[in-house]
Amino acid sequence: MTATASVRPAAAGSGEPLLQLRGIQKSFGAVHVLRGVDLDVRAGEVTALVGDNGAGKSTLIKGIAGIHSFDDGEYIYDGKPVTVHGPKDAGALGIEVVYQDLALCDNLDVVHNMFLGRELTKSGLLDEDSMEKRARETLDGLSVRTLRSVRTKVASLSGGQRQTVAIARSVLWNSRVVILDEPTAALGVAQTEQVLLLVRRLADSGLGVILISHNLNDVFRVADTIAVLYLGAMVAQVRKADVTSNQVVQLITTGSTGEGASA
Amino acid sequence: MSATKPEETPVVAPEPSQAEGLGGIVRAYLAKVRGGDVGALPAVLGLVVLVIAFSVLRPNTFTSELNVANLINQSAAITVIAMGLVFVLLLGEIDLSAGVAGGTAAAVMGVVMTNHHQGWFISVLACVAAGAVIGTGIGLLVSRLGIPSFVVTLAAFLGLQGVTLEIIGAGGTIPFENETIRSITDKNLPIWLGWTLAAVVVVGYAVVTYVRNARRRRAGLTNEPRLLWAIKSGALAVVVVLLVAYLSRERSLNPNFKSLKGVPNSLVVILVLLLVLSFVLGRTAWGRHVYAVGGNTEAARRAGINVLWIKLSCFILCSSIAAIGGLLLAARNHSVSNATGGGETLLYAVGAAVIGGTSLFGGKGKVADAVIGGTVIAVIANGMGLLNQEPGVVFIVTGLVLLVAASVDAISRRRAAASGRG
Repeated sequence: MTATASVRPAAAGSGEPLLQLRGIQKSFGAVHVLRGVDLDVRAGEVTALVGDNGAGKSTLIKGIAGIHSFDDGEYIYDGKPVTVHGPKDAGALGIEVVYQDLALCDNLDVVHNMFLGRELTKSGLLDEDSMEKRARETLDGLSVRTLRSVRTKVASLSGGQRQTVAIARSVLWNSRVVILDEPTAALGVAQTEQVLLLVRRLADSGLGVILISHNLNDVFRVADTIAVLYLGAMVAQVRKADVTSNQVVQLITTGSTGEGASA
Repeated sequence: MSATKPEETPVVAPEPSQAEGLGGIVRAYLAKVRGGDVGALPAVLGLVVLVIAFSVLRPNTFTSELNVANLINQSAAITVIAMGLVFVLLLGEIDLSAGVAGGTAAAVMGVVMTNHHQGWFISVLACVAAGAVIGTGIGLLVSRLGIPSFVVTLAAFLGLQGVTLEIIGAGGTIPFENETIRSITDKNLPIWLGWTLAAVVVVGYAVVTYVRNARRRRAGLTNEPRLLWAIKSGALAVVVVLLVAYLSRERSLNPNFKSLKGVPNSLVVILVLLLVLSFVLGRTAWGRHVYAVGGNTEAARRAGINVLWIKLSCFILCSSIAAIGGLLLAARNHSVSNATGGGETLLYAVGAAVIGGTSLFGGKGKVADAVIGGTVIAVIANGMGLLNQEPGVVFIVTGLVLLVAASVDAISRRRAAASGRG
């Protein structure tokens, strides 16, 4: 972590979190999915969200992204309580989600996908020049070197390149929090490497990153803090340095480390 | 995480300039075709083969000036309906009722024009409005209720024939007596206007694309090599000049009685629709959203695109344009009957779009495909007619051509999937 720690703007662990959730409750009918979840996301850090299938990870991020609202609890953004009623509200706050299935249109090129639904227009017509320029600038800013041309159709990109495009799209809009849902699932070794680098770079550039992953190797490589959900409750949010991989596995599977170390 | 200093000289590599020179352009094009992106290539090749074959078999009649002009008027309605269908096909939907919707709209127009003695402008307005109403109904059922468009438009295909029958009465026809409307398919542009139009089209295309390329080159964005621009502009000029020159020759069988020359008005209708619709599809956010919905509906929805509105508007547009197609059919027959837009009209129109390169799977296609495909269909029907083939044989051959086109679509799609191109 040494090479990148120095350039990180926010000193690790200090300052007000950018996004705070307190006592979040969510039920779907009789199923109580989230039971008083707390979560802190700091700018300039990667917060890994781990938990077994059905622990409530997806429900939590969908709530943050405004896809459905929480039943109860506080949603504090930039120190102020906010209400998020839809994806547009979340987008206005600067919260972007990169879903696992990426939501890219294969038949469109990289530029079109990055601006999908938010095309730049000039007197009512598509402003292709500005879009292409900004797309390149964003990709350059993320030090993406794997794309041959921004006018390539997404269908012809590899899994890692697609992930890159989806992530680049999420930072195109001056976003401040980026939520990545399993970005390395289904990627090969080299491509996983690329994407993890990119994730780290996002945080180093000052964004708050929430990384959902099943792969603890990935988590330990890029995360600053690790939040563990177990059956809808946040059983731990700890700094990476304070836990071992085994303890995290125990937290995921049983909800405690068995040594009283859980936070 | 240790060995990862952010790269200093990064970048999405400078746009590859491999396409410089003739060899480069050809290589880039071949790579595209091999990757499954064949576009209108099969249709253009097919058209060339068909034209050569019919010209050899019927040298006196097929290539005669009269027949060429005839062919344009024959194909006009099919081509126009196909242009509207492109929008629905781009969504991955289908509109089986486009032909009869055109017939119904023409019947409404007939009532307004002939029975209520309205002028051509009001009548055309009524025609397009009738199409828009039909499209709204279909679009709402497809987008809101989620009924497959195949079923909705199949029902409309039956129902609208009934509506037409009710409007004009069993076995009846409504004559189209308005001279302006008739002149769309009966009359031609004056020679000088035809040439002016040709000059505007060729010079307009060359200048607009040149300026855009120059601007993008200065800004360091992707651009078309100058040679490719020259080839495209040159090819367009050759085709346009040859066509207009040919159409400007006297083609009347008895010139002393009635002179017949110039670009048919119906070609102007096609040209205007082609330009306007291509512009809307290619240069507006709405057009981009149509491609997005056709490519990945869920992605479009998550990107904040109003998918329901995109679907609804495409169906409205398709039926409205089909109404113009119905108008052309009726104008050519000088009357509207319950057969207008029925029969093989719709299948020819779908065939035209697909033969031209629009995918039945959605997300891929252009308005120009309809023009190329419509010409192929018309050439087959016309040429086979000149060869005195039975109507049955014409149907069989046209059906086979459509099947071939659909196969090309499916195969290129599989190749695209295999090579990772869209």
